[in-house]
Amino acid sequence: MTWGLEGGTVTFGAKTAVDDVTLQVTPGSVTVVVGGDGAGKSTLLRALVGLVRLSGGRAQRPGKQAIGYIPATAGLYVDLTVEENLAFVARAYGVSGSDCRTRSEELLERIGLTETRSRLGGQLSGGMQRKLAVAMALLHRPELLVLDEPTTGVDPVSRAELWRLLSGAAAEGTGVVVATTYVDEANRGSTVLLMDQGKTIAAGSPSDIIGAVPGTMGVVRGSDRPPGQSWRWGTSWRVWAPADDLPDGAEPVAPTFADAVMVAALASQQVV
Amino acid sequence: MRAMVIKEFRQLLRDKRTLGLLVGLPVILLVVFGYAANFNVSKIPTVVVGPEAAESAAQLHAPFDVTEVDPVGNRATVESRLQDGKAAVGIVTGQNPVTALMDGTQLFAVQAAKGAFARMAQADVATGGKIPVIAPEVLYNPDLKTSWIMIPGLTGLILLFIGTLITSLGIVRERQAGTIEQLAVMPFRPWDVIFGKILPYLLLASLDLIAIVLLGMGLFGVPFVGSVVTFGIGALLFLLVTLGMGVLISTVSQNQGQAIQLAIMFVVPQILLSGLIFPVGAMAAGVRWIAYVLPLTYFVDISRGVMLKAEPIAGLWVPLVVLLGMAGAVLGLAVLRFRRDLAPSARHRGEDDFEPVAAAA
Repeated sequence: MTWGLEGGTVTFGAKTAVDDVTLQVTPGSVTVVVGGDGAGKSTLLRALVGLVRLSGGRAQRPGKQAIGYIPATAGLYVDLTVEENLAFVARAYGVSGSDCRTRSEELLERIGLTETRSRLGGQLSGGMQRKLAVAMALLHRPELLVLDEPTTGVDPVSRAELWRLLSGAAAEGTGVVVATTYVDEANRGSTVLLMDQGKTIAAGSPSDIIGAVPGTMGVVRGSDRPPGQSWRWGTSWRVWAPADDLPDGAEPVAPTFADAVMVAALASQQVV
Repeated sequence: MRAMVIKEFRQLLRDKRTLGLLVGLPVILLVVFGYAANFNVSKIPTVVVGPEAAESAAQLHAPFDVTEVDPVGNRATVESRLQDGKAAVGIVTGQNPVTALMDGTQLFAVQAAKGAFARMAQADVATGGKIPVIAPEVLYNPDLKTSWIMIPGLTGLILLFIGTLITSLGIVRERQAGTIEQLAVMPFRPWDVIFGKILPYLLLASLDLIAIVLLGMGLFGVPFVGSVVTFGIGALLFLLVTLGMGVLISTVSQNQGQAIQLAIMFVVPQILLSGLIFPVGAMAAGVRWIAYVLPLTYFVDISRGVMLKAEPIAGLWVPLVVLLGMAGAVLGLAVLRFRRDLAPSARHRGEDDFEPVAAAA
């Protein structure tokens, strides 16, 4: 069973927050939704889990019993201990006592919080809180796991651990959807959806998206900004020539995923 | 400093609700409370019984408001009227002296009646002594102790405070933390969440109630002569109204500050308008109706009736039914409003262009 949205549109009054977006989530895979702040990622995920009403299109989602969802803001109760947080979701999803205990142990071990089980949620670091939230969302072995920016503001080590956790969930057959503002995280998904201003600007596997970059990419070393569409990349400039007319001094290079994201954003702005 | 003042004004003007409260509320409260704040009872519902009932009734003038004249009635008739709260004073004729039974739970009515009787006796002496001597007898609260009538009502006020404020804060906290979104996605029905949220507070408030009543009895010697069951039913209905009000307040508040403001707006008028301090009957007609829409008014009736007068459940059916209706209305509205937070797509399923697929069907 594939979950997702087909031509999903969400409007708030006169504002269209999500505009005709199709998102497919296959069991056992990770789909990454990438976009800047206000791109419509959160609304898209909220529509997927049924928190906002679609004004157009279709949603395919499992019953609530089989969904795990973490909003961008929270994920846990700060005035409950790690163990109590897990026990709450276990009861909510009807996970039985012994199953809850073994599953909690397993997840706590995986996120490295076994020693902090009796600490309050509010006393954990940001990264630990996020890991606990993911563990809570995974406790009942959901078929669809939806996470809104789980790695924002989390240190690189915890980020890597979180991604390992999500990949593990996908390996067990869960369909995982993750929204992120970090372009480098898009590579973690088997499918990527790039969003800007509520619209899809590119979709497919990371290699598909790279392969679909039109024109030529080039690199210019030096401090002067080359003419045309260019942006800083470390000590050099990346140049994108839609009509293959690279400026003088630019050396053609194969586009990276980050290039593809920039090009997709630039291309969508040109259409508008 | 100028920068601070300008910033503060900008923020203040942005929060229209707080601004409205700051400017409008004091005016409304002053007007309402000014008209409500009146200890002088100008109308005392009175029954007159016994063989000379008609003659005696004819001699009674304001503040007495004779509501019933029963020549075959006796002391028991009067006691039943006082117990049911249908009258504050009952005159039993056909004996010497004539007895005036008074409901000690209606402190200010009794004081007004005593004064009126004294004036009548004085006037009678001046005109030659045609009126029989009246012997006053205060029932239920013979020493007219203020604490006896305040404590049963105060229990309600404390329940009101806990019920409304703490519940609304509890739910707003979930909203502010964002956990309410997670609850909405979990396999809960809206009423699972609402009643799951309310039940612990209901239990806590019930324990509180028992403690307050026992403390009132122990420290102030307040009697509890009526049925514990009747009192319990009244308290439960009243608590459901206050807790439901808490949920309702939380559904229209974005943060804890707004919830506190609204809860105060709901609680403060009840302190002054429920009959807890000022008798409802003495309020100006323009504000008296407010008393009748406040749940505490009915709980004060029940708690005083049961604790001090052993009023049976049959005599309290009006406040009990009103509280039941209020509880149903408030909780129903709370569930409806709360559903918008918890199941927005289910609410509009008819309009929604999808059908959620059951898991692993």
